[in-house]
Formats: sequence, structure tokens, C-alpha cells
Amino acid sequence: MLLLIQYTLMFASVLMLVALGGCFSEHSGVINIGLEGIMVMGALGGALMMRTLSADTPAVVLLVLVILAAVLVGAVYSLLLAVAAIHFKADQTLAGTALNLLGTAAATVIVKALNSSVDSGNVSATVQYIEQKKAFLVNLGGFEFSWFMLLAVLVLIGSYVLLYKTRFGLRLMACGEHPQAADSVGINVYKMRYAGVLISGVLGGLGGIVYITTGVSEWKFEYGVAGFGFLALAVMIFGQWKPTRIALAALLFGLFRALSNVYTGFDLLRNLPVPSAIYNMLPYIVSLIVLAFTSGKSRAPKAEGIPYDKGLR
Amino acid sequence: MEEQYAIEMLHITKRFPGIIANDDITLRLKKGEIHALLGENGAGKSTLMSVLFGLYRPEEGVIRKDGQEVAIRDPNDANRLGIGMVHQHFKLVDIFTVLDNIIMGVEPCKAGFLQKAEAREKVVALSEKYGLKVDPDALVEDITVGMQQRTEILKMLYRENEILIFDEPTAVLTPQEIDELMDIMRGLKAEGKSILFITHKLGEIMAVADRCSVLRKGRYIGTVDIKDTTKEELSKMMVGRNVSFAVEKAPAKPGEVVLDVKGLTMASKLHKNNAVKNVSFQVRAGEIVCIAGIDGNGQTELVYGLTGLEHILEGTITLDGTDITHLPIRKRSTLGMSHIPEDRHKHGLVLDYSLEDNIVLQRYFEPQFVSGSGFLKRPAIRAYAEKLIAQYDVRSGEGPVTPARSMSGGNQQKAIVAREIDRDPHLLVAVQPTRGLDVGAIEYIHQQIVAQRDAGKAVLLVSLELDEVMDVSDRILVMYEGELVGELDPKTTTVEELGLYMAGAKREGK
Repeated sequence: MLLLIQYTLMFASVLMLVALGGCFSEHSGVINIGLEGIMVMGALGGALMMRTLSADTPAVVLLVLVILAAVLVGAVYSLLLAVAAIHFKADQTLAGTALNLLGTAAATVIVKALNSSVDSGNVSATVQYIEQKKAFLVNLGGFEFSWFMLLAVLVLIGSYVLLYKTRFGLRLMACGEHPQAADSVGINVYKMRYAGVLISGVLGGLGGIVYITTGVSEWKFEYGVAGFGFLALAVMIFGQWKPTRIALAALLFGLFRALSNVYTGFDLLRNLPVPSAIYNMLPYIVSLIVLAFTSGKSRAPKAEGIPYDKGLR
Repeated sequence: MEEQYAIEMLHITKRFPGIIANDDITLRLKKGEIHALLGENGAGKSTLMSVLFGLYRPEEGVIRKDGQEVAIRDPNDANRLGIGMVHQHFKLVDIFTVLDNIIMGVEPCKAGFLQKAEAREKVVALSEKYGLKVDPDALVEDITVGMQQRTEILKMLYRENEILIFDEPTAVLTPQEIDELMDIMRGLKAEGKSILFITHKLGEIMAVADRCSVLRKGRYIGTVDIKDTTKEELSKMMVGRNVSFAVEKAPAKPGEVVLDVKGLTMASKLHKNNAVKNVSFQVRAGEIVCIAGIDGNGQTELVYGLTGLEHILEGTITLDGTDITHLPIRKRSTLGMSHIPEDRHKHGLVLDYSLEDNIVLQRYFEPQFVSGSGFLKRPAIRAYAEKLIAQYDVRSGEGPVTPARSMSGGNQQKAIVAREIDRDPHLLVAVQPTRGLDVGAIEYIHQQIVAQRDAGKAVLLVSLELDEVMDVSDRILVMYEGELVGELDPKTTTVEELGLYMAGAKREGK
């Protein structure tokens, strides 16, 4: 049971971070379907940082450096989307898809190249961080508390305040709803949209590193992040682009995802005549069902997906 | 002593590819006056105001404020100089509150955090001072158009703008709201604000303006004092010739019932209530029945139901005695219903087709245009298109092969009118047929509609323009919140009475 809670919170943290990232991007008016790719790149940045640092680095330093690496790589990678979608007015869905395709492929190539340069016989795309990972965890009487959980809560509170209580939030949301109105009162729509996408890169990258350190001590990069970016998009939509609802949605989806990891710990579930694959599929099936029923009523930012062109009025 | 000008725009020239939108235009706004800017669609009013507001950079000319030359590069510059604008299409964020919309861009902040209480006080004080009634905490999507406009005005006042630009502010208002707006404008003037009022409605200029500058086809025609001029003189300056405002027509001679609508109910796409509620009416041969009302009161859905663009929930529609309630659009069309749609780009034309293909769009399946094996008879189509183009004077760059997209709005509309009328319909459904057209084109289309009536056709006109409603129709049905609330005779009613029905303040039998 404790394990279920632990995994639920970890997966919920991942989903929440990434979904909040998407929420900023979409409130600024840019659809960010590339969260999956951004997560992979963030995970790559963090994983390589862990690989570089020796295991006896002080925990705080390691934690900070890994987070910085993930965040930075995620943000830089999201710039691709920002430049394509905002500066060159490319189709945002296509640009996002490109980010996803490139993310996993590039990460695999990079890790393979690094591995084989160390040991020419090693052509796997796997990074190990058994010792380094311990810096993130605090054992509280059997419950493995991760600093990332705290971070996720802080990001949630920060997102809420930023969106609803600050000048930045008001302006950001105006750009996603009615960019012409924002422009007419002197708000630089392009800048706000860059800011929105960059925040999604930061949070997406962070989500990526949290994801690959959840429950495992090595990561095979040819798997990308196994659709978690898309799951986060579902969380964002189910959460109606609102931070508090996103948090609740993330918990729900996190629970289903955790079940697939730990269902064997429950006699009731283990004895059910269903193959384990069903449990693994559960979060994705749930997201399909939930979206089918709720997305009709959902209210996305009105101007998202439409490149802003100052000339068109 | 030289006169005090708040703003002077001197010799402004703005070119777009292939067109000179503003050609050496000079406009001088005195301090504390209401200055009207008059011109037809495409005369260059909006371009000139966009230049003043920093949205466009002119190729030539200078702008002076209080005698000093200034550069206005973007709306921020305009704002700093105290220039504010109420745009024709409001620039308000639907899901924000009135207050958020007002402060957006100039938010009072401490370390980036919004200080809304402070802003709220200021907004409430301003709204009381100028009599601009708004609810600061209401969401913009929930309030009336009139209140949205007051929000826009408060936006300017909150920024302490001294020069206020109103871009076609009355287009979306009821007559009562227009009167209110005029009072507000007078109040602003009394407080020392200078106002630029863009419009093509002469009555409003005569009522509220001090002076008026006229543009025509991108050129400056002149500036007159309102007290020394007349409507007729202004319209002559605007159009360049004498225009008859009254639509000439003989009394109607209604014949057989052509369209009979009983208990029509339509669902709404926007909200849970039905958009059209149990509406019944008839249109007879040889009369023009007009559905009047403020935009969004169910007229669009009513027309969609009649023409088959959407399914109806309840009721029956009969055309010439045939029940067409469940017939497809093509069948309704071949039975004699013609439709000049509200949105000529969405439902009227295939914009990337040529003019000739658009003209034959309703009859390409007839044997004269298509062979038995399904091949189009191009020569026949070309000949037919050329005939209609000549007959209805549709002007275009390359004749029948002109892409519809490249034609002007007036000529696009003429092409639709030609296509729909030439099919010799029994019933003509014309929705906002003159929207966005200039005076000359409006005159022409009104003549065509009246000619159809005189030829014994039934005409159902749906219009938001009060002048059109009063001048063209033989009977007026007023629609309010999906119901028909009154039937009026344009010969005996007044614009004011019509306005009361349209605003829901008055209804028959209640």
C-alpha cells in the first residue's frame, strides 16, 4: 500500500510538472504537442549529468546540477518549437510532432555514441545511475520520499500564483485568448509566447528527469519516455488548463500508472484473471476514455494553435 | 493666434501593394471637439486611424501633437501620447473580468503582483464620473455588447487618454444604446477630451459632431463645420454624387402564401437554450418580409433551418404547399428557394474557384451544363457566366476566370445575387445582403430585391441595419431571444419603436 502511494505521488509529480508546462505554453497560445520530446531531452540532460558526476558528490550539489541540466536542455530544446511556431509561424502540431520524433532518436544516438566511445563493444542506449539516484531520495520509515515530490508541489503553487496573481500571468493568458487585444494594449505577443514555450521546456525537462528516476536505476533511451508526454497532455486537457485541476487529474492518472507497477502487491488484483499487459495499458486506456467524454466540453485557450501575425487584423 | 490642435496628421500617405490606402491626407483635431471622420468602406478611414494608433507606419507625412512633431511606432507610443481607441471589433478577452480587461497592459503592480483593489477603486470612480455603468467583476463573455463598449471606453479613461478614437462604435448597438453613447461622448467632450468619431452614418454625425472630415477612395475631400452643412451635402462629399436614400418602390401586392413556417424550433450551438423558439410566420408572393433584430437573437439559426444548413428540432416548413421540412438543400433549391447567405465567404462562394464556376454552382448539374456522362460543358458555362456578368455588372480583373477571392466584397456579393436571382426563385432568402458594402452597391442590391418582389416573388430579408429594415421591407417581424415579439408596418412605425422591440423592452400581446 505504501508503495502504491509512493509510486502514485511520483508519477503524479511527473504528470503535474509536464502538464503545468504544457499549460503555460497553451495559455500563451502555442499548442505544445512536443512535450514528449522535451521530456526525453530533459531526461537525457539529467541522466548525462548524473553519469558525469561521481557518486560521492555531495547530495545537494548533485541534486541541483542534475535539475539544472534537465531544465536547461529541456528549455533549449523547446526553443526549436518556439522559433518554428512563433518566429516562422509554422504549424504548431507539426512542429511539436517533429520535436517528439527528433527527441527519442537524438537521445538514442547521443547515448549510443557516448557508450561506444567509452567501450567500443557497448552499443546500448542505456545510462546507469544507481548510486547517483540516491541523492534524490530520503527514506522515511519505508516510504521513499523524493525531493521531486516537494519540487512538484512548489511548482504547482508557483504556477497558480504566476498565472492568476501576477502581471505576467494576466498578459500570458491574454495572448492565448485574444492576441490582438493584448497587442492593442502594448503587450508583446511574440515575447509572451516565447516565455510560455520556454516555461513548458523547463517544466517538461524537469518532468523528464523525474520520470526516468522513478523506480528504476537505468534508462534505455530508445524507449523515449513511453508516451508520458502525451499522458501529460491528457492531464492538462482533463485539468481544463487550470493548475489546481491539473494537480487532481495528475493524481488520478498517477494512480493508474502506479497500479501497473505495484498491482502484484495486492492479492485481489493479482488474482484477477487479467494479464499484466492490461495493467500496463490502464493509464492510456483511461486517458482515452476520459478525453472522449470530457474534451467536448473542454475550453482550450481560444487563440491557441494560430500563429500570431501582427499584419493581420 | 493660431488655433489649438490636439492632433494634426499632415499629408499622410500610406501605400499597400497595388493600392494607395491614404493619399496625402490631412486631418486636424481641435482640443475638446468631436470630430467625425466620414467615408465609405474602403475610403481609408481605418488605415488612417491605424497610422495614428501606431499600427501602421506611413510612407509620408508627419503627425503633430500639441504642435510638436511625434513618432508613433506602436500602440505603446500612442498610449504614452494619450491616444486611445475603441476598435470596431472590441479588443476584449472573453474569459477575463471587466476589471482585468481594463487594467491589462497598465496593471498596477508591486513586485509583479497585481494590485487589483487599487485598480478597482479607480475604475469604479471613473465609471461613476462619466456615467459608464459596468460591473467590474463580471466576465466579458457574460455582458451585453453595450457594456463591452463601455468597458472599452473605460480602458481609455483608465489610461488617462486625452484623445479618444471611436471606430464605427454604433454598428453593434440598439437605437437606445446609440443615444446613450452619444450622451457619453458629449460628457467626455465636456471634460475636455478630444474625440475622433469614425462612421458612415450621417444621422449620428449631425447629432453629435462639431466638425467632419470626409475621405473618398483614399483621398481627402474636405472638412466642414456641422452647423453649416446638411446630410445631403455630406453624402455628396462622401460618394461623389447625389444618392437617393429612399428606396423607391410601389405598394406591395401580396398574393399566395409561398413560405409557411409553423412552430419552428432550432437548437443553439452556443448555449443550452434553443436559439429559435416556436416561430411561425408566412411570406406571400409579391411582398418583402423583414426579420429585424440585434445580432445573435436567433436570426442566423432561423435561416439555417429554413435553408437546410442545419436540422430543426420541431416545426414544419412549407414552400408552395410542399412540405420541405426534411428535404435536403439541393431539393429545396430546385423547388424554388434561393439563398443569399449571411457570410458570403463561408456559404456564398468557393473563394478559390473562378467567378464562372461560382456562378454555375447552383445549376452545374442541369443538362445544359453537364453531359450525360458527367463531363462539364465548359463553353456553355462560360457563355452563361458572361451573360450574368454583363447583366448584373459584376466587375472583376479577368472576367469569368477571375478567382473569386481576388474580387472586391461588393462584386462578390453581386455575383451571388446574380446567381441566386437568375434561377428565377419563388422565394428569395436574403440575409444581410448589403453587409460591408458601399452606398452605391447597397443601392443596387436594394433595387434588385424590390424588382424581385415586383416580379411576384416572395422575399424574406434578414437584416441588422435599421435603415434597410425600414426602407426595403413591406412587413417587419422583430426577433428577440429566439422569438418573434412583434409585427410592425414600416409605414406606420418609427425607428424608436422598432428599437424597443429589438431590445426586448416591448412585445406584442404582453
